[in-house]
Amino acid sequence: MGVLSEEIKNRIRAYLPRYPRKQAVTLPALHLVHDEYRTVSNEAIVEIAEILELHPSEVHDTMTFYEFFKHDGDQLGKTRLWVCRGLACMLRGAYELLDHCEAKLGVKCGERTADGKITLEFAECIGACDGAPACLKNDEHVMNVTNDKADQLIEALKR
Amino acid sequence: MASFEPTLLARVDKPNSHRLEGYRADGGYAAFERALKDKQPVDVVTQVKDSGLRGRGGAGFPTGLKWTFLPKDHPGPIYLCINADESEPCTYNNRILMEKDPHQVLEGIMLSCYAIKSPVAYFYIRYEYGTAYRTLQAAIDELYDAKLLGKNINGTNFSLDIYLHRGAGAYICGEETGLIESLEGKRAWPRIKPPFPAIEGAFRKPTIVNNVETMACVTQILRRGNDWFKSLGVPPDPKNPRDAGSYGPKLYTIAGHVNEPKCVELPMGVTCRDLVEKHGGGVWKGRKAKTVNPGGLSMGFLDCNSPLKGEDGKTEYDIPLDFNGPGKVGCLGLGTAAVTVVDDQTSMVDVLHNVCQFFSHESCGQCTPCREGTGWMLKILERMRRGKGRKDDLDVLVDVADRIGIIPGTTICGLSDGAGWPVKTAIRKFRAEFEAAIEAKTASKYAKLQMVGAH
Ligand SMILES: Cc1cc2nc3c(=O)[nH]c(=O)nc-3n(C[C@H](O)[C@H](O)[C@H](O)COP(=O)(O)O)c2cc1C
Ligand code: SF4
Ligand code: FES
Repeated sequence: MGVLSEEIKNRIRAYLPRYPRKQAVTLPALHLVHDEYRTVSNEAIVEIAEILELHPSEVHDTMTFYEFFKHDGDQLGKTRLWVCRGLACMLRGAYELLDHCEAKLGVKCGERTADGKITLEFAECIGACDGAPACLKNDEHVMNVTNDKADQLIEALKR
Repeated sequence: MASFEPTLLARVDKPNSHRLEGYRADGGYAAFERALKDKQPVDVVTQVKDSGLRGRGGAGFPTGLKWTFLPKDHPGPIYLCINADESEPCTYNNRILMEKDPHQVLEGIMLSCYAIKSPVAYFYIRYEYGTAYRTLQAAIDELYDAKLLGKNINGTNFSLDIYLHRGAGAYICGEETGLIESLEGKRAWPRIKPPFPAIEGAFRKPTIVNNVETMACVTQILRRGNDWFKSLGVPPDPKNPRDAGSYGPKLYTIAGHVNEPKCVELPMGVTCRDLVEKHGGGVWKGRKAKTVNPGGLSMGFLDCNSPLKGEDGKTEYDIPLDFNGPGKVGCLGLGTAAVTVVDDQTSMVDVLHNVCQFFSHESCGQCTPCREGTGWMLKILERMRRGKGRKDDLDVLVDVADRIGIIPGTTICGLSDGAGWPVKTAIRKFRAEFEAAIEAKTASKYAKLQMVGAH
């Protein structure tokens, strides 16, 4: 029995016709697995590599370049909350906001809350500088985030 | 200029501006269908070339000219890659186009693919743009349903597929060969050039990489014609034989210490001062601008109080934001035309620390000067931020900044030029402030912050 469901494997396979080489499906596959399982385990890497006819080390090599995917027993919370630390956000209070979120959640940047609900991270500019300071809730922008707005967001995510 | 009507942003405030029906009602895809029916691919290439359109992704390379670098009579396939990595700090114009008017961008892609005879476009979009990703996918689905994408479009022998491909949070994937490596499923290590992508790109095939806004411009050029495009912007500078002019409308994004951060469309060449004061609502809290970053962090900084030589009463704040303008005051170029304002109460040490933090984090690590240079520049700024700066730090920083990059010729890609420019411009223009900060030995209010993250 593998770790990836047949459904996920089929969704990975569905990407194959798009590209002249199977290796190009590496990022789509990693995203599918990571979104679903909140981590990419070594077993998952082996199974992705099988579908793409690669050596597992090739998938691992690509994956680790991005520092985006959790692995090695590390797991994302249900929500990944990224606080932007880019210049436009810094100029409008992002560092203070990061501090505030760390205190509110009781975790440091890069860590997951004990209940597994939220992983807090910083991001480089997320392209929402018209709403600085800005955050990402998984892959959705949240703009003009005051401390109060962050508290409300966190309360809602904890529910 | 008061009468300027936006074209690229004309539809963004309409309800359902992202839907095919509305786009069609506004005349959308007529240019594409007309081209399919009445024009040869080479006619489209020629028109784009003659329009004077220069790429909006940062380097300003003439778009039509780049297309002519593709090998003639190649057996194919030829690929088009759309660069929607948009990770240059403080830049967000591509996001607005993709979220609010995706069909305008897609029509440009379809016209471009027809021109360069590409059967597939890979649309590389940064992961952080989830909303844009879903909006684009819905728009592409609409096009397949309407048979404007797929096999034998409108009964011709032109077939086209457009595939979205999501990045994973790495700035270097915006560099065109980093993008290609990432698309291929590898580490996003930029390639040594030549060969340029037009000769050997994605999957070792001839490939054109173009920016999202460039594609929107192609749509408007084919719809409105070259006379319209050339009626906007700035003609070539007669004193600069290498200037190809700055024609057309441009999206400028305004961020930082302004009252109204927003994306505006204006003819190329608006001055930095007008952009901030008239369109960005002025500097916030009644303060003054100290410095402006005119085109994404890689471009460096202006000194808003430094007089312009030979131009009475004007300062660096008054430079025009065309392809030539920022270069006149020692910046790298127009870049992404993302304008970030820093007020007079902000420490340049904190600003530069933030910049160095970004480049050190995003260097892909292939080239020693970039990997080590960005790392050491950050270490020095970190020490300075703690109030432990040394007298010779500033010279060391400028020295490193001058030596890293493809312009000095020490690295593979332009990320390190971008890392150097803000450092050398900030220190050369604000040296007295840095020296005073070192002398005072006071720590920044941010000195205690330690950010560890996985991104
Ligand atoms: C480090 C680095 C990052 C870049 N990031 C982007 C980007 O996010 N988007 C973009 O369009 N171009 C980016 N570029 C420029 C591209 O390499 C390329 O010139 C551009 O996509 C070409 O499109 P254009 O001719 O339509 O402007 C970047 C360049 C460098 C060196
Ligand atoms: S210059 Fe920097 S980012 Fe570019 S290839 Fe070299 S190490 Fe990588
Ligand atoms: S700097 Fe935070 S969104 Fe751009």
